[in-house]
This record gives sequence, C-alpha cells and structure tokens, in this order.
Amino acid sequence: MIPTAFDYVKVRSVDEALAALAEHGEDAKLLAGGHSLLPIMKLRLAIPTVLIDIGGIPELSYVRVEGDEVAVGAGTRLFEIERDEVVRAEAPLLSHVAGRVGDPQVRHRATLGGTVAHSDPASDVPTGLLALGGSVVVQGPAGRRSIPVTACWTGFFETDVAEDEMVIEVRVPRTGSSGWGYEKFTRRENDWAIVAAAAVEGRVALANMAGTVVRATATEEALARGASVAEAAALADQGTSPSSDMHADAEYRRHLARLLTRRALETAAAA
Amino acid sequence: MSILGTRVVRTEDPLFLTRGAVYTDDLTDERLTGALHATFVRSQVAHGRLLSVDTAAALEAPGVVAVVTAADVTDLVDIPPPFPFINAAMTRPWLASDRVRFVGDPIAVVLTEERYQGEDAAEMVVVDVDPLPAVVGTAAAATDEVLLFPEAGTNLLAAFGEPVPEDFFDGCEVVVTQALVNQRVAPVPLESRAAAAAWDPDGRVTVWCTNQGAQQARGQLGDWLEMDPDLIHLITPDVGGGFGAKIGADPEYAFIAWLARHVGRPVRWAESRSENMIGMLHGRAQDQVVTIGGRRDGTVEAYSLVFDQDCGAYPRIGAVLPTLTMLMAPGVYAFPKVHAQGRALATTTTSIGAYRGAGRPEATAAVERAVDLFAAEIGMDPAEVRRKNLVPAFSAPHTTPMGATYDNGDYTAALDKALEAAGYDELRAEQARRREAGDVRQLGIGLSVYVEITGADNGAGTKEAAELEVHADGTATVLTGTSPHGQGHATAWAMIASDQLGIPMEKITVLHGDTDLVPQGGGTMGSRSLQQGGAAVHQAADELIEEARRRAAERLEVDPTDLVVDLGLAGLAVRGTPGAGVSFAELAAEERLLVNTVFNADAPTFPFGAHVAVVELDVESGKAQVVRVVTVDDAGTVINPLIAEGQRHGGIAQGVAQALLEEVLYDEDGNPTTSTLADYPFVSATELPSFELVEMATPTPMNPLGAKGIGEAGTIGSTPAVQNAVIDAAAHLGVRHVDMPVTPMRVWRAIQQAGSHAQQEGN
Amino acid sequence: MQVSITVNGEQRTDEVEPRLLLAHYLREVRGLRATNIGCDSTSCGACTVIVDGLSVKSCTVLAAQADGAQVTTLEGLAGADGELHPVQAAFRAEHGLQCGFCTPGMVMAAIGVLADNPDPTDREVREGLEGNLCRCTGYHNIVRAVLTAAQAGPAAGQVPQAQEVQA
Ligand SMILES: Cc1cc2nc3c(=O)[nH]c(=O)nc-3n(C[C@H](O)[C@H](O)[C@H](O)COP(=O)(O)OP(=O)(O)OC[C@H]3O[C@@H](n4cnc5c(N)ncnc54)[C@H](O)[C@@H]3O)c2cc1C
Ligand code: FES
Ligand code: FES
Repeated sequence: MIPTAFDYVKVRSVDEALAALAEHGEDAKLLAGGHSLLPIMKLRLAIPTVLIDIGGIPELSYVRVEGDEVAVGAGTRLFEIERDEVVRAEAPLLSHVAGRVGDPQVRHRATLGGTVAHSDPASDVPTGLLALGGSVVVQGPAGRRSIPVTACWTGFFETDVAEDEMVIEVRVPRTGSSGWGYEKFTRRENDWAIVAAAAVEGRVALANMAGTVVRATATEEALARGASVAEAAALADQGTSPSSDMHADAEYRRHLARLLTRRALETAAAA
Repeated sequence: MSILGTRVVRTEDPLFLTRGAVYTDDLTDERLTGALHATFVRSQVAHGRLLSVDTAAALEAPGVVAVVTAADVTDLVDIPPPFPFINAAMTRPWLASDRVRFVGDPIAVVLTEERYQGEDAAEMVVVDVDPLPAVVGTAAAATDEVLLFPEAGTNLLAAFGEPVPEDFFDGCEVVVTQALVNQRVAPVPLESRAAAAAWDPDGRVTVWCTNQGAQQARGQLGDWLEMDPDLIHLITPDVGGGFGAKIGADPEYAFIAWLARHVGRPVRWAESRSENMIGMLHGRAQDQVVTIGGRRDGTVEAYSLVFDQDCGAYPRIGAVLPTLTMLMAPGVYAFPKVHAQGRALATTTTSIGAYRGAGRPEATAAVERAVDLFAAEIGMDPAEVRRKNLVPAFSAPHTTPMGATYDNGDYTAALDKALEAAGYDELRAEQARRREAGDVRQLGIGLSVYVEITGADNGAGTKEAAELEVHADGTATVLTGTSPHGQGHATAWAMIASDQLGIPMEKITVLHGDTDLVPQGGGTMGSRSLQQGGAAVHQAADELIEEARRRAAERLEVDPTDLVVDLGLAGLAVRGTPGAGVSFAELAAEERLLVNTVFNADAPTFPFGAHVAVVELDVESGKAQVVRVVTVDDAGTVINPLIAEGQRHGGIAQGVAQALLEEVLYDEDGNPTTSTLADYPFVSATELPSFELVEMATPTPMNPLGAKGIGEAGTIGSTPAVQNAVIDAAAHLGVRHVDMPVTPMRVWRAIQQAGSHAQQEGN
Repeated sequence: MQVSITVNGEQRTDEVEPRLLLAHYLREVRGLRATNIGCDSTSCGACTVIVDGLSVKSCTVLAAQADGAQVTTLEGLAGADGELHPVQAAFRAEHGLQCGFCTPGMVMAAIGVLADNPDPTDREVREGLEGNLCRCTGYHNIVRAVLTAAQAGPAAGQVPQAQEVQA
C-alpha cells in the first residue's frame, strides 16, 4: 500500500518550515520521522497534498540543561533521547518512555516533536511528559509560546498546537534524583500500550484511558492527602473514560489503570 | 560414515543470504517485460446485493489500460465447490456479479502500466452494495436464517458422523463437558500471494505463482480455465512460506492468467498484506464441545467431540477438515469408546483452508483439554491421568475406534522423556511454593501428548515422483515433485542421493517447481515431503545403481553380483579386485544414466510426541509469559537434525501463538478488525523463549528411510500444552478453563469469576 | 523530483515521485530485490535496511527523505570475494533462515542490534529484533545466529560501506 500523491518540500530551518506552512495552509503536513504520518498515509487515512519535511533541520536536534529544566529539541530522535546521558541523568523517566516506543527501527526515525504533535492517547512519550510536567514550546507566525504539558493534548489526535505553528522544543523539570515508575501493559512487547501508567514525584499519568493521555488526579490528590499507595492507586481510573476495543474492554482497562498505577508508584517509591 | 543424520548446513542459504531469494514479485523474467499490474477491487461489505459497479472514473485515471468486471468474464464458468458432497449451488464467481459474500470478495480488477497507478485507480471504482445481514460464526450459520446461497437452501456444506448416542456416558462415575473454541487464525506466510502470467503466440501460458505444489496448482488452473494442463507451464519461484494456505492455487492465480489473455499482455499481481489478511485462506475456526467420562481412579471410559467447522464464504479445504479432526479425535489414548461428529458451515467471512496441522491440531487441542478437565475434576495429576490412558507402546499397527491405523508409537516413553527433561517434579514443587506464598507470578505447567497423521492421501495418492540423473562430468541432478518453501529439500534430497551414490553434495542439483521439468508431483503439505519425496529420491538412487550395475557388468565383463557401490569412486567396484571399477560419471559418458521413479507409500505415518510448557502468570493482570517449552517430537529417522529442529521450532512458535495471541476477529457486521499486522498479533521474538528439544526417534516401517513427517508436529503439540499451562497457573484460584487465545483479559476475568464463585459457595 | 542516494557504496541520481517509498526505490529503481515488503503497517521489518548507520524500515521512509543518504542492503554485505558478513555467516551456520523472506530484514536488523550492543543476551537479542517478524523459524535459530555472530567481534555490528552504524 502506498500514499496518494503529494508535493514534497524539504526545509532546512524553522523559518523555512513556518513559511512553507503558511504558504500551503491546511493541505500541508509537517513530516518529521514519518512513523505516524506515513503509515496512516499508506492506509489512505490521511491524504495531505503537501509534505514539508522537517526531518533534516539541524537546529531542532539537541539536549540541553537550562536552569532546573532539560530542554530537548523537537527533531531529536527517540533513540537519541533513550540513550542521551543528560536525559538519563536528569529526566530518566523521559529516557525510559522514549525507549519503550515501538521497536529499534521505529525509534531510529520517530522524533520527539512528532510524538508530541501526533497526540495518540496510547503513546508513551506524552504519558511520561505528562507525569514529568514541564512544557511544549511552539513557534508560529506570531513567535514562540509555551504550552504547559497539562494543556497540550486537547483531544483524540488533537493538540493545542495551531495549524500554522510547529513544535520546537520540550522542556521537562530535572527530576534525576526522584524515584519514578513506568508500567506499560501490552500483549506483545513492542505493541502500543493497552494501558500505561507513569509516576514521578507524586504525579501520575495514564495512557489510553481517555481520548488523550490523562493525569490520574484522584490518585494524586489522595497521595497528597497522605493516602497509602494502594489506597491512592485504587482511585486511578476515576474520571477516566476508557474505550472498549478488541484488546480490552473498558472494565478491564480500569482494572489495569489501578494495577499499573500501584506498580508504578511502588517502583517510584522503591528508588 | 553416512552423511545422513548429520547437521549439514543448507545449500540454499548462500544465495538467500547474499542476493536474496527470488520470489514471484521479484521476477525479472523477460517474458514479463511490459507486464500490466493487476489490482483487485474487493468488497468492503460482508454480505449484500451488488447493485452496480461504476468504472468510468477509474478508466480515466493515469496508466489504466482496463477495468474488468463480472460482465467481462463471459468465457469462464463459476468455480464449482471443490468436493462432490457439497451442494452444487455453492459456486464461486470469478468476480462478484449480483452478490458479495465476505469483506474481500473480488468485484473488479484494474490493470495499469505502473504498480502505483493501480491503487489510485482502484479507489475510483464505485461499488454500490445493498447490505444484507452478515453471518458471523457457526452458530449464526447453523440457524439458516440468513443464507449465503439462497439456491442451496442451507448454509450447511456437509455433515459428518452421527449424534452422540444418548447412553454413551452411562455408567461413568464422572462426566465433564466443556465448550471449546479453536479460534480462527491467519497463516500469514511472510510472502503474500503473487502471480504473473504470459501467453505464447501458440496458445500456451506460463504462470508464475507462489504455491506449495506446482503440479497441483497447474491442475487446478486447467480445471478452472477449462484448459489442457499441458498448455499451462506453471513455475513456482522461491516461496516465502505457505503453512497450508498456499496449497493448490487460489482463484486469483487463474484469473491473472485469464486477464493476460483478455488484454493480450503479460499481467502480474502481488497483493498487499491488508489484502492478504482478508483474501488468503484462514485456518482452524472450530467450535467444539468435548465430553469425557470415566472412573475416579483416572480411567477414561468414553470421550466425545462434537463440533462445527466455520468454512467461510466459499468452500475450500476447510470443508473436509472435520474428517481429519474426527479421525484423530482419540489422539494417543486408549479410550474404549470414542465418538465424533462434525458439521461444515458457510459464513460471510474469508474462506477456511489448511493451516499448519490442518484438522489435527483441533483434535489434539480438544482431547488434551478434555483430559486436563477430567484430571481437575477427579483431583489427579494430569500427567498421571495421561499415563493411565495412553495407548501402550506398540510396534505392530494399532487401529483406533475412529478407524485410523497408527504405524508405531511409544507415547509413554515420549511423555516420560518430556517430563524428565522439564524436571516435572521440581516444577510442581516450585508451583506449590509459589501458591503457598501467594506470589503475584504463579507458575503454570501444561502438558500435551499428541499423535498426528502425515503423508495422508492428498488427492494424488500417497506417492511422489523423483528423477535422478548422473552426468558425465560427475555431477547429478535430482528432479522432485515436492515443493520446498523453507524446508530445505535442496539440501536434504542431495544428502540422500549423495549418501547412496558417493557424489559429493555440492555436485548435486535439486530442481523442483517447474511443470515442464517435473510434470508429476504432489507438492509439500501435510508433512509428506521426506517420507514420500525423500523416499522417492532414495528409491531413484537404488534404481540408478541397479541400472549402473547392469551396464558396468557388461563393460567390465563381470557378474553383476560382484559389483558393489564404492562411495569413494562414486561408482561401482568389483568385489575383491582393488582398482577395478567404473564411476557413474563414466557410465553416463557412454549413455545417459537417468532414472525416473515413483515411490508409493502404502499408507501415512503417525508421528507423535509430548510437550511440556511452563508459563509465569501475573495473576493480577492475567498476563502469561511462556518461560519454557520442552518437546519430544518423534518423527522417526531424522535425515538432517538442523533442518528437523528448525521445523520443530517454527511449529512450536505457531502453536504458542495460537494458544496465547493470535485470532482473526470480525465485528457483528462481518467486518474484519485484524486485517493489518498492526492489529493481528503475529507472535514476535519477545513472546517466546528458546525451546528445549529432546530427541526421540522411532523409525517407521512405512518407507525405507524410516522417516515420518515433522512439519506440523510442533504446532500440534505446543498449542494445548501452553493453553493448559496458563489454566494450570490459575487452577488454585478455581479456574478450570479459558478459551484460546488465552488473553490477559480472559484470564483475569476467569480468575475474577472463579473468585466470586468461590466466595458465594463459601457464604 | 530528483534524489541522489548511495546504495551499497554506489551513488546514483534518479527522477522519482515524491511518494515513492524507499523500499520500492531499492527494489524497482535500483533493482535490488533482496529487500522484501511483508506488511503495510511498519510491523514486520522485512524491509529493514541500514540508512546512515541506523537500521530503519524502508517501507516507512520516502526515497525523498533518503536523498543524500548512505544505504546498505543485504546485497551490500558480503565481500567482493564472496566472503560472508559475520551475521550472514552465522545465519547460515545456525540455520537462522527457512523460507528466507524475513531474512534480508532480519540480517540488517541484527547488525543494528549488534551495533548497539556487541554482547547481547538471549533476551536482549529478542528485544532488539522485536520489530522483525518471522513465520518459519520460531526465532530460536535467529537468536542463536545473532549470539553466534556477536562472537565475531565488532565487525558483526558494522556494514562494509563507508558509514558507521551509530551506537
Ligand atoms: C510500528 C510502529 C510502532 C509504534 N509503536 C509505538 C509505541 O509503542 N508507542 C508510541 O508512543 N508510539 C509508537 N509509534 C509511534 C511513533 O512514536 C511515531 O513515530 C511518533 O509518535 C511520531 O513521530 P514522527 O517523528 O515519526 O512523526 P511524523 O509521523 O513525522 O508526524 C506525526 C504527526 O505530527 C506532526 N508533526 C511532526 N513533527 C511536528 C512538529 N515539530 N510540530 C508540529 N507537528 C509535527 C506531523 O505533521 C504529523 O501530523 C509506533 C510507530 C510505528 C510505525
Ligand atoms: S514491510 Fe516494512 S515493516 Fe513490513
Ligand atoms: S524464514 Fe520464513 S519468514 Fe523467516
């Protein structure tokens, strides 16, 4: 299976990319690693007429410590984040979730910006980022702005990033000394999460329990009140709206959310 | 020392590893120059009346040469059902004309100059279908409320056997009954289907296609196209796996040949995986009910298996699978009374065919689950119950209540070897420890003892052809009617010939899969190849030696009985006269030294074995991980252990996959929901352990090699062992049964239900 | 559009459609048909090749994205004298292939695994190959082959062309 025909524009800088976006409007799509976009184009579930290839923009690929945050460029590939010594030391949960995506070949292509912008409710990196806190930096015709991760993913495959904007960077707090846990439940090792739970510093995020990645607020509040891990985790599915599909029905997903939250919190506490 | 039985690396591999094999879609044959690319337009509705097919827009699309619909197919008759016992009204049109019967039913074909143009144009064909209710599952089919073939008046393709007599279990102290699902799975050879065809001016067609037997495929094309098979040159290039789903030909292959004639240009087709997942035959798909009765001391007295076989929309091999399942129903057990009954039904889904094991895994899964259920009911160790009921070791043929005649076997020895290698007692002790401690990760130990049938009559009888020629330059050529697609026949057949003739393996070329070269052949399926095709090569070598002996005796002026095979010479030497002799090559220089033979096995063989699977079950989530699979697979004499082990490994993996992961699913409207490999959980390396293989070899008297089939054994044995292991891991929580695939959700739910059940009983 | 891609050490410039997948470029434009296509969903890995030192699934990369890149396919592994790459040799010795369809991708992915981790365990090999499906071997002998290849040292994780497989 192959995509429908499109025009291809290769850009070398963020400015070029934004100019191309402005020129081609809503028919255009940014192409980063292409590992979400090309598969759906091959199945003809997306039919953009222009692809703007941002995969070769050098200025978007970096990891930097800035104050009490780690800044990672949107073009950084997931395998680089997985292996980067700074990320491993300063935000180990981010390194770990990057390493849990798909398989090695996928991680060699997929980018941080792509996984953030794609907004799949089952995706690992956004789940980790939501637990870590921090922000997504975007740039558009009006300049740069920062979106807190809690406001970034607005719906099923929808984000707060406007059509004429692009993701430039992700900033996460330095949590290197804190314990963390990530529990991804799949049938096969390399599958997308049926449910996943990330925990760090009393914050808990869940994958695939709603139309977007979500925080387990009831659990977080209970922890803040001093509840035990078991008590708090038992509330993890509160306020979520899991779907039923061939992998799991909603009831089982709720069970998994509670179970995985407990385990992620236990791992975090054990560190 | 004989080369037979040694670990010879494959002669196929150097090319495969450097240049890659040449599959049908890789062909650059000049006869295919300028070939058009065919793209099928398939129904996206499971069942409905086809109101119209509008090709106008597609015809205008770039590169489109033709768009063919049913209206164009005026010179072919619809495909009749493949077996005489099926209602003659259940025919299959080449392209749907008034009705579609499954998602994937071909409706039109677009022919384009370039491959990429096909998909674009196919999207422009506008199909209007008035939907009818779908028929999903055998229960819905059996009601006959919605009929796939109204003219047939029923969805029933065939009924085999009688109902279980009412008094069948009378007198049994314990009777257990359980409904089981042997789910529908997809064979998924990594190479999808592909075909190409080119016509000669003189009316002969060359067809290349991926299949498991060129001769059988040619026969099928001849029947369907109403052509003299001699006018069809069928070539099987390298084949990227088959697993039963590439037996014979699919209608698409014949249609590619028809299209090439229709447009007067070569045509080629290679389907996508999404097309393959709905278009290629599926396997298994039985709904079973087992009932097992006996005494509390562990003796089983009666066993029945009643089942419905889902055959999908158009009858294929699935329609006869029930007969194999019934034949093998009692498996390895000496149950005094066995009854089996099966029905074959049409549903609005992809057709069912053979899939690795084909009919036997379903029988084994049923009886092995039944024995475990019986053991659980009477509270006896499942190994013990098996031992009590196994057919004792036999070397003279044993005939079962279902009428199968097993050649030889020692099931108890197989079980004991497997248990010993697994460390069964220690495993049970570890399991008890974990249960006692209430561990989250519980251990499950699952057993299965199986016997299967290989080299059964596949329609062409139990025979296979071989031609063997030694050339003047000292090389030799073997032509075989088997059709290797991973099984390494080029290596194994060369080993057999080399062993007898003394010609080094590297000088022996094995050819197959070209009907002009090898007009007769049975192909590769049902694990028949070594015991029939390998035996034919062996017989050919024997006959070639006799021919050489006759000629050498004349040439050397000695008595033929004084000539012995001299392997170092690769020829015949005069007994007691050092230096006197003649090589086969020298004889071939005088006159072609060639024999053509057909080996006829009188009957099939019955390989057997025992598997022990060990799983770790996370009882909180319900997820099981297979940590060990220990197998004894006795297939008689082994020619090349490297290859035989490879067959076992692949089989075991597919069996584990069925137990744990894989299932083809449809929604209630008959839409497939597992039609890409992102959705269909094809087993990957991370879900499997390395396997522990135990050797056991009981040669069969049915062929001179002593070989039985090994291709399907692993699949047949491992599925029930793994299913039983997962259930065993949760047995202490009250779980007695979980259907396949034993998904985490199903296991978790079974544990919940058993828990609440126990609670209620406790109250 | 034009792309200029170096495949197995040989650079060429070709006119292609922007939507042409790298896998099809290799097979149809460059005539290198060892690289197979086994799925539509980036799941099977049969199309795995090495691009600029990294194993990637060439069915999910546009030829356009590979413009200027160094690509190695199965055909580019053996020496001019026919000497097999350590991973090829190990696949043969351990019977790591049957029908051969997954093999080109499996070999390239295995090189990627060994580049990343020269001395992997059984489990690490399995995880490294999680994106590559094989229907024939049950993975048993593939895993053994990769473990055997690892014994050949760093060469097992490298491709002969002028590119380093990034660790
Ligand atoms: C086989 C396979 C398995 C996978 N398994 C997992 C998994 O287990 N877990 C998981 O989380 N993910 C998984 N993924 C998805 C993978 O992580 C995606 O590649 C990633 O989510 C998208 O990154 P990309 O760079 O490839 O984005 P692309 O595919 O290039 O783009 C994705 C979307 O984001 C947009 N976009 C890209 N970059 C930007 C930017 N800088 N600013 C604004 N918009 C942008 C694009 O226009 C497009 O709409 C899998 C993918 C595959 C193919
Ligand atoms: S063909 Fe590329 S992953 Fe399957
Ligand atoms: S060898 Fe056949 S798919 Fe791997």
